[in-house]
Amino acid sequence: MERIALLASTLCYLFSFGHTLFVLGAGRFHPGRFNFIAMALGAAAQGWYLSLRGVAEHACPLGTVPETLIFLSWSIALIYLVIGPSYRISLMGAFTAPLVLLLQIVAVLLPEGARSGFFRPNPWVETHAALSLVAYGAFGLACVAGFMFLLQEGQLKSRRPAPIFHHLPPITVLAKAILRLLWLGFLLLSLSFAAGMHAHIMISKAKFFFSILIWVLYAMLLAGAKTGFFTGRRFAILASTTFLLALVLLPVIQHLSSGTE
Amino acid sequence: MNILCAGINHRTAHLEVRERFAVREDEMAGMLGRLCEIEGVSGVVMLSTCNRVELYASGLCTLRALDGFRSILAERTGLEAPLYHHDTPQAVRHLFRVASGLDSMVIGETEILGQVKKAYSIANEAGAATRSLHKLFQHAFRVAKTVRTETQITSGPTSIGSVAVELAGKIFGSLEGRRVMILGAGEISERTARSLQSRGVRSVIVSNRTYERAASLAAEIGGMALHFDHWENAVVDVDILISSTNAPSALLTPEKIAPLLKLRRGAPLFVIDLAVPRDADPAINELDGLFLYDIDSLEQIAAQSLDIRQQEVVRCESLIDHHVGGFLSWLKTAREPGMPT
Repeated sequence: MERIALLASTLCYLFSFGHTLFVLGAGRFHPGRFNFIAMALGAAAQGWYLSLRGVAEHACPLGTVPETLIFLSWSIALIYLVIGPSYRISLMGAFTAPLVLLLQIVAVLLPEGARSGFFRPNPWVETHAALSLVAYGAFGLACVAGFMFLLQEGQLKSRRPAPIFHHLPPITVLAKAILRLLWLGFLLLSLSFAAGMHAHIMISKAKFFFSILIWVLYAMLLAGAKTGFFTGRRFAILASTTFLLALVLLPVIQHLSSGTE
Repeated sequence: MNILCAGINHRTAHLEVRERFAVREDEMAGMLGRLCEIEGVSGVVMLSTCNRVELYASGLCTLRALDGFRSILAERTGLEAPLYHHDTPQAVRHLFRVASGLDSMVIGETEILGQVKKAYSIANEAGAATRSLHKLFQHAFRVAKTVRTETQITSGPTSIGSVAVELAGKIFGSLEGRRVMILGAGEISERTARSLQSRGVRSVIVSNRTYERAASLAAEIGGMALHFDHWENAVVDVDILISSTNAPSALLTPEKIAPLLKLRRGAPLFVIDLAVPRDADPAINELDGLFLYDIDSLEQIAAQSLDIRQQEVVRCESLIDHHVGGFLSWLKTAREPGMPT
């Protein structure tokens, strides 16, 4: 049953991505409802998979790297589904689908690996882990918005914009979306740290260092944005690269925690 | 039941001819009443815009309708109208093309759809539209929507003013409350500023070497004049800078602009350089947060949009053909109330 849920969600994201490519390739820049519905079905199937894993493990399903990536991919899709329509950022779904699909495929292809002993049933620990990944979901969507900003900014600078330029949102709107998503992610991450401290989790030094590093990087990014220190371009680059750095570090952290906790 | 379309447009008649035949909105109800009295005509819708005056009529004998229309126009203006005319199915295709903007002077313009809707609404209120005309126009609105969403016929701006507006929109989103500064009070910068004002820009500063000229333009467009010596200080507070001075060398150089950008706390600046020779050193486009467009790049974008639209015409025609077929199938089986069996 778990495999069916996983396969169903992968197919939904694949359909969403494929449809987006087809529509954009055909010169139509309105992926429309199909894209949104496919993403919603993909997220629902992922939710089903995670709940099955949760029931099987009697804990939040974050014990292995593949589970973590699926949870992260689910968080990004979920935040897009909640926030995307209210921000009305055109083509955001088209840019979110490949990231979500990529995370899902990597998760499916990776070996299961050793399960972390971290997740002995403890609501505070699970709150900590789940909030962290939802925060990374918000950072992931900020990365998508950052990529869209850089694409649109490049089009504006080139002075010979391609047809997609007319359909991408204004850079100011994208910059605001990045900022709000970063604030959302930062608040959730801070809450997750608070939950972790409350749970008195014993973690490795490396994991502590990496977690603090990511938190500090996002704090600096938000402080820079608040003081007008960054131009829009630098802000978008930093929002995207910080998430990519976190994405690379996440499995490392997971690996380190499986050995030491 | 037949559909007739007859009229003049920008391709068949010059402006001075078209303006003679134009029908004002307050005259339209009377005109529709007269047209409905033509023998064999069961219903009419009349479209009168700056580029066309067209009659769409339903009836059994289109030839009589055409003669009647010609006589009414001649009586009104004292001129013989150089009318083109189409019967079913060409009349149906023509309306679908008109509503979709394919028959417009600027291909793909969308204003025409509003004008067709207005013409239909007036005929509807005057009781001049019949069942087949209702169906025809409703179908035309659907076709126009399909053509717009499924092709790129409305893609991109097609004039310097509209290019500037679109670019500003892609930088700032809403232009509501944005501030513009005009450097050099030329006609083209005035037109561009007006385009921006039409999209919500409220504050316009005009700076010119001759202060009186700046003050005069500022008064005309509801802006504020600024002495030319102070324009650099104002750059910190504006969002869009339109430049068209007669300066022999570049006014906007990286050395001058880079320190000002730092004071803007990351806010983007859109520079529109309409001057020849150029007022802006192209190198300023490399500065972060600054977007420079000169007259050539604006014209290129307008031309590019027109090219894209032109390439889309074939796809639009194919969509329209499909819809014409759909409407004709309905028309074959349709009967107007009161029609002889």
